[in-house]
Amino acid sequence: MQLTLSNLAVARGGVTVLQGLSFTLAPGKALILRGPNGSGKTTLLRTLAGLQPPASGSFDLPPDAVAYAAHADGLKSTLTVVENLTFWASIYGGPPIDHALHALDLVALSRRRAGELSAGQKRRLGLARLLVTGRPLWLLDEPTVSLDVASVALFARVVRQHLAAGGLAVIATHVDLGLPEAQVLDLEPHRARLIAQDGFDEAFA
Amino acid sequence: MSIWEYANPKKFMQTSAWALPWVVGLTLVCLVVGLSWGFFFTPDDYKQGSTVKIIYIHVPAAMMAINAWGMMLVTSMIWIIRRHHVSALAAKAAAPVGLTFTLIALVTGALWGQPMWGTWWAWDPRLTSFLILTLFYFGYMALWAAIEDPDTAADLTSILCLVGSVFAGLSRYAVLFWNQGLHQGASLSLDEKENVSDVFWLPLVICIAGFVLLFLTMVLLRTRTEIRSRRLKALLARERVA
Amino acid sequence: MKALLLRDLRLAIRTGGGFGLGLAFFFLLSVLVPLGVGPEGGILARIAPGILWIGALLACLLSLDRIFALDHEDGSLDLLATAPIPLEAVVALKALAHWLVTGLPLTLVAPVLAVFLNLPPAGYPWLMISLILGTPALSVIGAFGAALTVGLRRGGLLLSLLVLPLYVPTLIFGAEVIRRGAETMSLATPLALLAAISLGAVALLPFAAAAAIRVNLR
Repeated sequence: MQLTLSNLAVARGGVTVLQGLSFTLAPGKALILRGPNGSGKTTLLRTLAGLQPPASGSFDLPPDAVAYAAHADGLKSTLTVVENLTFWASIYGGPPIDHALHALDLVALSRRRAGELSAGQKRRLGLARLLVTGRPLWLLDEPTVSLDVASVALFARVVRQHLAAGGLAVIATHVDLGLPEAQVLDLEPHRARLIAQDGFDEAFA
Repeated sequence: MSIWEYANPKKFMQTSAWALPWVVGLTLVCLVVGLSWGFFFTPDDYKQGSTVKIIYIHVPAAMMAINAWGMMLVTSMIWIIRRHHVSALAAKAAAPVGLTFTLIALVTGALWGQPMWGTWWAWDPRLTSFLILTLFYFGYMALWAAIEDPDTAADLTSILCLVGSVFAGLSRYAVLFWNQGLHQGASLSLDEKENVSDVFWLPLVICIAGFVLLFLTMVLLRTRTEIRSRRLKALLARERVA
Repeated sequence: MKALLLRDLRLAIRTGGGFGLGLAFFFLLSVLVPLGVGPEGGILARIAPGILWIGALLACLLSLDRIFALDHEDGSLDLLATAPIPLEAVVALKALAHWLVTGLPLTLVAPVLAVFLNLPPAGYPWLMISLILGTPALSVIGAFGAALTVGLRRGGLLLSLLVLPLYVPTLIFGAEVIRRGAETMSLATPLALLAAISLGAVALLPFAAAAAIRVNLR
């Protein structure tokens, strides 16, 4: 499988923020999105995840390919680490959760409730969810927020394993994950330029 | 030329600017002629006296209260199916007008009911249905007011309007079932034309036409305002982004 | 899909909140009404069907905003929307979970509260039947309202404003079933209509609610 964007434009709140995005991401490759706050990284990821329609253009993806990790981890604080992961595993019909627990160093925490975890531990649990989805394309929105240096390295190893197994990843991040093979897409040249228009039609994009 | 061309905001603004003075003029003519004919040049009812003359406001208002919701249903469906922004904004514009007509119908009904039935309010099926209709209008308008993003608001209120119409119909039926109309005498079915004698009929028709035109005037004006405010919002949003 | 239902039930039980609260509210209302109306058995017996239905309806309303709001806050709703189960099924399952922790318990305690309200003996079976048939509609209609207001900060109050008018037909037919049951009159028509509303709501509203959630997540 591969991800192909053709002249994609995405909008936030009715205002186009990014336009003219065209690239192809091959299996085993990662794409790092770079751009200042508000440049549309999250909007692009949400569009690729299918949560919102493109403003124009299109992207091509096989069905059921995407696992999305947003800012929020989607954890239930009254459920334990294992219960949280098992839930997502059964929703996706993905692989058993043992591997995910080991990969993100959550075994010792497995009986704890998610509400009792630290911010970094919660984040690791949120990222472990990606492994139990069994999906090839990971869309990661600032995955390293609240992770310490050791955990960032741990996570980078997980991503590299995923890519080595033929997976893909699109990552919005400011941190250097140490993925030398990753392509970097600078969003700055793609920021939507405002075209001065007149008349009443422009208000209804 | 397709009728959908008028759903283009620019075209709509042009056409409505041209049509508005004519519509306003016709509204005034119909209302002045219909109401003054009805109030001053028709005989008093042999049973109800001059109180019957409130019919010239009550019946048209009640009809428009329901028709306004029907118009909102149609424009909401047009928005959902064809994504014409003017249609969604017309639905938004019609809601307060429809609500006002509903309230006028309820108040004039109470004023009429007091001397006729000796009570301001009875839980008659028709009265109850109108009260429930007000609740639907309130909910619809509150949802519009609560959502910031205009397209999101248009989508959600359209869904509410569709579902609400089904439940409003069910409520009407349920209310009929709940109280099988103690008051369904002639005084309440005056809007069925066989019950209105000819002297009252013609001015009533003119009044109804006047209210339809009044509704059209209000909706055109309010839709134009909505389009302008929408444009203003878009311009401000652009400015913030730039 | 079973996993989602089990998760919601587990959350409802562990978090407490909506679960017991609705029942407590139902109980309080049935105690307060006689205190306000007066102890005369005849009057209470006459208003009992209506009061019990209004109590069930308001108790149901209390926990509606939790159906989607909690999942929206912690990001689960985004993830569920991108998960391989259809959003319509998510809505239906969440409404089912809501019914299991509110509608069903309310039905089970209603006969006890009916004692306080002097409901005539003939009304008891119909009380249970009318609530068991009608409360699923309350949960599904409520889920639709919750889906409309999920992205809003002060959604709770608006939710009641949107949902209560939609409850009118269910309330009328539900209370009518008990009233006629208590007076041993024929009640086939309101019973059939109540069941029809529930079935129709369960069949169709998940689609409207899922559409509303998609719009809200956009």
